[in-house]
Amino acid sequence: MSGPVHAIAADVRSGRRSAAEVLEEHLGRIAEREGSVHAFNLVTADAARQRAEQLDRAVAAGGDPGPLAGVPVALKDLICTRGVPTTCSSRILEGWVPPYDATVVSRLAGAGAVFVGKANMDEFAMGSSTEHSAFGPTRNPHDLARVPGGSSGGSAAAVAAGFAAASLGSDTGGSIRQPAALCGVVGVKPTYGLVSRYGLVAFASSLDQIGPFATTVADAALVLDAIAGHDPRDSTSLPDERAAAGSRLGRGAQGLRVGVIAELAGAEGISADVAARVNEAAEALAAAGAKVEEVSVPSVVYGLSAYYMIAPAEASSNLARYDGVRYGLRKPGADITDMYVATRSAGFGPEVKRRIMLGTYALSAGYYDAYYGKAQKVRTLIIRDFEAAYRSYDVLLSPTSPTTAFELGAKTSDPLTMYLNDVCTIPSNLAGHPAASVPFGTGDDGLPVGVQVLAPALGEPVMFQVAEVLEAAAPSSGGAA
Amino acid sequence: MSDDTLSGWEVVVGLEVHCELRTETKLFCGCRNVFGDEPNTNVCPVCLGLPGSLPVLNKQAVEYAIRIGRALHCRVQPSMFHRKNYFYPDMPKDFQISQYDVPVNADGWLELPSGKRVGIVRAHMEEDTGKTTHVGGGGRIHGAAHSLVDYNRAGVPLVEIVSDPDMRSADEARDYVDELRAILVATGASDGKMEEGSLRVDCNVSIRPQGSTALGTRCEIKNMNSLRSLGRAIVYEASRQVEVLSSGGSVVQETRHWDEADGRTHAMRSKEEAFDYRYFPEPDLVSLAPSQEWVRAVEDALPVLPAERRRRVAEAAGVQAGSEPVATVVRLGLDALVMATVAAKADAALALRRLANEVAGQLAESGVHDIDPDAFVRLVRMEHDGELTSAQARTVLKDFVADGGDPKAIARQLGFEAMGSQELAGAVETVISANPKEWERFSCGDDKLVGFFVGKVKAATGGKADLRAATEMLRRRRGA
Repeated sequence: MSGPVHAIAADVRSGRRSAAEVLEEHLGRIAEREGSVHAFNLVTADAARQRAEQLDRAVAAGGDPGPLAGVPVALKDLICTRGVPTTCSSRILEGWVPPYDATVVSRLAGAGAVFVGKANMDEFAMGSSTEHSAFGPTRNPHDLARVPGGSSGGSAAAVAAGFAAASLGSDTGGSIRQPAALCGVVGVKPTYGLVSRYGLVAFASSLDQIGPFATTVADAALVLDAIAGHDPRDSTSLPDERAAAGSRLGRGAQGLRVGVIAELAGAEGISADVAARVNEAAEALAAAGAKVEEVSVPSVVYGLSAYYMIAPAEASSNLARYDGVRYGLRKPGADITDMYVATRSAGFGPEVKRRIMLGTYALSAGYYDAYYGKAQKVRTLIIRDFEAAYRSYDVLLSPTSPTTAFELGAKTSDPLTMYLNDVCTIPSNLAGHPAASVPFGTGDDGLPVGVQVLAPALGEPVMFQVAEVLEAAAPSSGGAA
Repeated sequence: MSDDTLSGWEVVVGLEVHCELRTETKLFCGCRNVFGDEPNTNVCPVCLGLPGSLPVLNKQAVEYAIRIGRALHCRVQPSMFHRKNYFYPDMPKDFQISQYDVPVNADGWLELPSGKRVGIVRAHMEEDTGKTTHVGGGGRIHGAAHSLVDYNRAGVPLVEIVSDPDMRSADEARDYVDELRAILVATGASDGKMEEGSLRVDCNVSIRPQGSTALGTRCEIKNMNSLRSLGRAIVYEASRQVEVLSSGGSVVQETRHWDEADGRTHAMRSKEEAFDYRYFPEPDLVSLAPSQEWVRAVEDALPVLPAERRRRVAEAAGVQAGSEPVATVVRLGLDALVMATVAAKADAALALRRLANEVAGQLAESGVHDIDPDAFVRLVRMEHDGELTSAQARTVLKDFVADGGDPKAIARQLGFEAMGSQELAGAVETVISANPKEWERFSCGDDKLVGFFVGKVKAATGGKADLRAATEMLRRRRGA
């Protein structure tokens, strides 16, 4: 199943369809449903139309716009776009327009993509439901009473609703994979360092990674290959010595070794229907010729606690710059300190404030060793446990999200319950490993369920190989959203 | 520092020196690193800390840091960067990327001209902040009507050099900064300009009873803009602490601000210094591990440093390494002239004396020099061989240093032709016959009169006579 990204690019490159026609189809769906879904903070229709026409002229002149020719793409609104507001769904960045493009934006543009808009998100990527947006929540296209997941909820919903053929999100603790699962699309968090973070507004620098959403595994691999690669502007960017993400597609699962993570498949809070889909996914892989076993990765159960030390700590420092001095919101005060306090009090939402306080505390003199230091040790343990598992298995399997999409407001009053959404996805961020969520049937409520495929660092080719087998074996995910 | 103001007490000083590196570009971005450009013209998303921007370490800055480290005999080690978090409008990110528990350079020393060694704790890399100008409110941020920020300096590479508390006087502290500046300039890593802020000095001052080895409570003094104010600040602060302790009080560990105008240090308000920097490893940078080959190559390319130059000059001139003239000559970069004199087997001690006294004095006024070593050596020879009197030699030297040229030609122009002994004898006879009474007394043993006659000879010859030769001749003539 190659998918709409492949199809659009092939059509536009060959001249069978124009980029303009493809774009109007997507803008038509946006006009029809965006009012109720609210996937975007900004739809850039005019710029997209100009861009599509430019691509069509290039094709007419015998040129090849690239592997993503004419593909409508949505960008999470924390990816910097030159001349286009980038808000992070926060009031604090009010009025700020980046003077530069993120590396991923330049790469997508170079591959022929057409940007349709900036997707809604939890403020500064902190959340699991896109309810923590200063501009109002995004709704799940499968059921408008439910959340799309988060923090990249707008990016996931845009693809699920057909507003864009693909989108980019960012994943710090599951912010691509969890909304992908809840919206019934494919979502990928690449290996840390595979995709440049230059121009990605930072939440937690050592965990953040940009990745694609698409409706099929092959499409996601195509988009990832377009944005991946070394970037001299990002010191943590990996060198270019690797196989393409899609290089093992179509090879089936024969002979692969698959471990189902015992601690996550049977974790407290994983609903029975989700657990059942994971079991069926494991059986489908076995039926395809893989050797499937349960495997223990003991330290993953500490992942959530470690994450909620490390991510807020880094965030407390990354978000310090929003102080009203240089750009964005400024609330006047009697002196500089009052101005800082007034600006940050007015500009940040409650979840962002909570994490800044948590992180500031974790780094404070006298607490560093007990909190941040200890969390880094847990991180090392998780990496070691994964390394041990990958000596026996090519990929690992787990649920993506403990449940299907929940109703708006169901978890906003209890941050801890909300945090538990990320229990299965966080370990891959802490380890820096790739992981993908693939739609695999529905829950008892008829809403999509995602299964997570985890791989070792730079294991994208085998991860996509297995994901594609699951995609082919999956029961219906409830049809188009 | 005079001992009487500190009677019974010893001052202990340690210094923290920030030096800007002379790199083409800033520490983490490609913006130009220059002083004095129009404000906020050398800026980009990275050094303005715009959302989404990331730092990339400047290799030239690392090389300069290693030069400094090796010139200070430090261990160059694998290191990493940390974030130092605090809010201030001159810091675009509201944190400074610095080095914390593992600096690039550690455990070195610096040798003062006196020969004393001062320990170097560390010399680490960090980024500079922007420059704020507070308008109104006494120049401080709190109470200012408004403040201006220039981010041209934000992200300029710095090396902070932290000494051990090894200095025992204001003069020694000044010698340390002077020597450090000479080393920094010699390595090419910094221009060492205190006036332009490329060298900034903070000092830690404490006192203790004479003979004690324990350290007292220290105060950190900031805002000294010259070596002179550094010295004044230390003298003031030490006497302040003596007064506090002598009257039964105790010194509070705090940061104090030197006020050049009133000549005092003032405690900074606690609101401005009560920081918990919440250091943690900078996740946007990878650790820094310069290879041994690179460190060795950088070290091999270092020029001869001031301490070694002093040793060479002292040995060549046959004087003590810690002597003042040697330090002066090296400080002014005149040691090549001494070495040229040695190479030509001329009188190096005489050369050293002339350079440290006459030439140094002259340079202090005019500042420029481009002295031809061969010509200088010829001049030293002329004086040594008695072709010129020492007074004549100094006059020729002055013109030579100012305008260059051939010393022999200058001497001729000035009428300093070497006077033959016959001509001198003639002058002596003339003087004797013109002053018969005095000559009789001198002949009868009144030796005081030798000065009288030498003066007459000098006047009669228009200063051209070698006065030593004239004296000898007068004595011989008396005995005959």
